[in-house]
Order: sequence, then C-alpha cells, then structure tokens
Amino acid sequence: MTDFSRLGVVAIRDGVAKGDFKAVEVAEALNARVSAAKALNAFIVETPEKAIEAAQAVDADRAAGKPLGKMAGVPIGMKDLFCTEGVQTTAASHILEGFVPTYESTVSANLWKAGAGMLGKLNLDQFAMGSSNETSYFGNVISPWRRNDGSTAALAPGGSSGGSSSAIAARLCPAATGTDTGGSIRQPAAFVGISGIKPTYGRCSRWGVVAFASSLDQAGPMARDVRDCAIMLEAMAGFDPKDSTSLDLPVPAWEAGLNSDLKGKRIGIPKEYRLDGIDEDIAKMWDNGISWLKDAGAEIVDISLPHTQYALPAYYIIAPAEASSNLARYDGVRFGLRDLPEGAGLQDMYAATRAAGFGEEVRRRIMIGTYVLSAGFYDAYYTQAQKVRALIARDFENAWASCDLILAPTAPSAAFGLGEKNADPLSMYLNDVFAVPASLAGLPAMSVPGGLSKDGLPLGLQIIGKALDEQSVLNAGLAIEQRSGFTAEAGEWW
Amino acid sequence: MSVDKDTVNKIARLSRIAISDAEADKMVGELNGILAWVEQLGEVDVTGVEPMTAVIANKLRLRDDVVTDGDVRDKVLANAPAKEGSFFGVPKVIE
Repeated sequence: MTDFSRLGVVAIRDGVAKGDFKAVEVAEALNARVSAAKALNAFIVETPEKAIEAAQAVDADRAAGKPLGKMAGVPIGMKDLFCTEGVQTTAASHILEGFVPTYESTVSANLWKAGAGMLGKLNLDQFAMGSSNETSYFGNVISPWRRNDGSTAALAPGGSSGGSSSAIAARLCPAATGTDTGGSIRQPAAFVGISGIKPTYGRCSRWGVVAFASSLDQAGPMARDVRDCAIMLEAMAGFDPKDSTSLDLPVPAWEAGLNSDLKGKRIGIPKEYRLDGIDEDIAKMWDNGISWLKDAGAEIVDISLPHTQYALPAYYIIAPAEASSNLARYDGVRFGLRDLPEGAGLQDMYAATRAAGFGEEVRRRIMIGTYVLSAGFYDAYYTQAQKVRALIARDFENAWASCDLILAPTAPSAAFGLGEKNADPLSMYLNDVFAVPASLAGLPAMSVPGGLSKDGLPLGLQIIGKALDEQSVLNAGLAIEQRSGFTAEAGEWW
Repeated sequence: MSVDKDTVNKIARLSRIAISDAEADKMVGELNGILAWVEQLGEVDVTGVEPMTAVIANKLRLRDDVVTDGDVRDKVLANAPAKEGSFFGVPKVIE
C-alpha cells in the first residue's frame, strides 16, 4: 500500500489523475497523520472534513471525465493568516480567537479552485511577527528536527511560517501556504530542509490575508521540492482586482518552464553577505552552492550590494510602521476580542482590548511603529528608512547589470533551540539579515536545502532573482536540488 | 534619540494599548535598544534619494464608479463582539 505521506504534490496530482489511487485515500491518510502529530503543535485548527470534501469533489470530477485542476487531490496546510470562510482565522493572536471569516482569501480560493483540499489552519508567529514561531498565542510550534547528539531539545521551526515548515518536514502535508514579509517563507524552509519561494511583490493577491506590513507582505508556497513549489505558485498567483497592488499580468507556466541547465546565466555572489565571523557550516554550504551552479553551466561573478547592512534596521522601521497602522483595526468593536472593564468608556475599551488581545512582540512592534510615525520623528525615522529602502532596491538594480541571479545563504545559522533567542528582541531580528533585503526590494527569492550543519540540522541556500523572473529562480533552485543530494529527514519521534 | 518612561506612556496612549507601570519600565529599555540600533540609518547618505513609495512599478488602477458589493449586513455583523439589532454595540460615548 502506498505511503501517501511520502508523496509530493506532483506524485499525488498525477497518481489521482491516472487513477492509481483516489484523492479520498490521500486525504484520509494525511488527516490521520495530522491528528497523530499534536506534539508538534503545527496546526491551530484541523479540518479533516474539508480535506475529505475537496477530495470527494476531485474523485467525482475524475469519474465524470471532467478536467482536473493543477492541484487536484492534493491536501495542503493553510497558514492561519489566510481568511477561510467558515473556518476560524486567528493570525495566531488572542485578539482574533473565535473570528470566523464570512469570506475567503483570494489565494486560498485559487487553491481550492485548482483542486487542493485543506487539512487545517497552520500555526504561525502572532500576526506573522517573529522568526521562531514563539510569539503564537496558541503555543510554540516544534520542529520535527533534532540535533544529532542525541539531545531531545526542542528546536525552532523558523518563523513566521513555522507551522507550515514543521508540518511539511514532518510529512503531515506535501505542501502549505506561507507568507513572507521579511523572510517568513524562506527562513522556516531553510530551518527544516524544505523549499519555499516568495514571488515578486504583487504576484499573489493580499486580499483576505491578515495584513502585517502591506508593502512587504507576499504569499508563496512551501513544499518538499522545487517542482512542487512551481506548481503551487501557479495555482496561488494571478491578478486580483480586489488588491490594488496586484500585478495585472498573466501567470507564467512555471512548472512547464522548469529547466536546470543554467548555461548563459550569471550568478552574483554578494560580498557583503559574507559577514565577519560567518558560521563555518554556512560558509561551506554557500561554497558548495557556488560549485553546483557552476556545474549546471552558470558563470559566477562577484557583486556588491553596498547597503546590505542597513536593510535590517530599515525593515524594523518600515514593517512596524505599517503594522501599527494595519493593526489599528483591532478595536473590539467589529470583530475579535473585546475587553470592557466595568464602567469603561470607548477609549478605555480600545486600550484594554488591545492590551489583552495582542501578544508582547505585537505590542512592541505597534509601539515602535507608532513612535517612528509620530509628529517630530516621522522624517528622522520613517522617511529616512524609505530612502534607504530605495537605495537597497537600487543596489539590486545595479547588480543586475552584471548578473541574472544572486546566491546567498538563507539564514546565518541552522535552527536554534526554542527559548534561546527570546531574551533580546534584537538577536532574534538579526536572524533575518539575509532574507530582508529581497523583501524590501520586492524581488522573488527562494530557499532550497543546501546541506546539513555539524549538528545534523538543515541549512538553506537562497536564490534571489529579478522582478518577475521567478522562472530563473526556480530553475537555479532545481539545479541545486539535483546536485545537493539532500535526502535527510527528521526522525519520527512525535 | 532615546525615550523615557513618559514617552513610552505617551506612545502606548497613541497606540491605544493599556500598559502597567512595570511594563512601561521594561519597554523603556527595549525600545531604546531597538531605536539605538536603527539609528545607524542616519549615517547613510541619502542626498537626492526619493523615499520609496512602490516597490514594483505599478500604477493604481481606477475602476468604474459603480457598486460592486454590499448588501451583506449580516455578514459584516457576524463577528461583532456586541451588537444591537443591526448595529455594532459600543459603550456609551455621550454623557
């Protein structure tokens, strides 16, 4: 009997289409795996009935000879940042606990239209603010990975899409949605040895996605290989008149366009990413990545992105500023939590509700955002950050004169232990040092597994491409995947 | 620039987030740590640089001025923590 947990998107889709097995069999098997993996805390809500319902529809369509969608029969996890009609959507925050949307996000609707089914809503950092999935109101997500020294220390699955990364690495689902504001798809993918791509800003509609920082937020797929990411991204992307920053462009046939022959491609290696005291394992993996891409026919060129060191501080002004504005909607009036102390007026109700509903990191970022936007400080902080952001985007523009893609590590280290970086918000922020520049510039960027650390933990290689050139990013990812020989898996301890 | 406890309390008020005295004390250190770090942006020469407004060149579309949705009052009210009839319920704001 087929072990459906071992099949990826392609294998499930093709197997269902050929009639090797029924979509319902896959859904049942994965529902059972999800339900047996509670120790990972990857899901906030499980929706086995949704997975079955979608699978039955696919099986019925096939029986009736109807054409099947790109994701037909593939059960997926949905990050709990996407509004799903009739299914609680919380952004992992107490303030939205019990919120049941009366509408469906465009991205999730696109996936259901393509024949995917929903196994459940995946845990994440609260409002997607975090890099370790430790800010969720619904508890930490645990990575299925453990260090190879016999320790049972719980490791971070990365964040904010930590439920997505943990669930895919634990083979609870073949793929899941993620969102990436400053690395939230790529860093968790790197931490658990899977692939994930953040497309060009505007490819995937933000409509119905709980907003964090609107000029940065982009949805994308996470899966166990590059081809699966390409398929799922095709299903997710597309113009949406309901999102004013949605790109009115046709969705390329990324899966059909996959080609790991990189002859004629120039790969830029940014010298500013080679930080002093760079982790030895990371440096070695990066060098391996360079030789794999060379082997695939690419030419390697040294490049400079001179404003790299300013990307992170600029991000930590811009993202909180936008968050403070976006999260103003949580007022205890229209939806979500209300905390109304005895005898309180409207203003006190707002303040009490937001104090009770938002977690510590969310409160911190709202306050930073409020401060940098406040009278007297706006120019010094916010305007300056937006100017620096323009320079960071210009760095990439200049780099494209001499290269077509950029190769760098995804994160500066392998996964850290839960609780290791909590004491100081800054040390947590620094984890996104390599991921944030591409976010600020709106560029497509992908993480693929690049090897293991000395501790036996996955490391990720990041490929950054020109705006709208997801195809070249995916192709380079595929070239790496074919050469890295990455087959390591987390042991099934849960 | 650094913030003191009064400033933290003022930011909390502007943010409509109630904070205790102890939280305000803790926040002074945290915010100052973050602000000191982001201040390195001040050393970047931004002469002649326009602040970024759109990351991918894209012009804002105009649509026809027609009603495209609505008539969903019950859906809008479905998640209200308190409602009265077809209205959101809030504490009294006029004495």
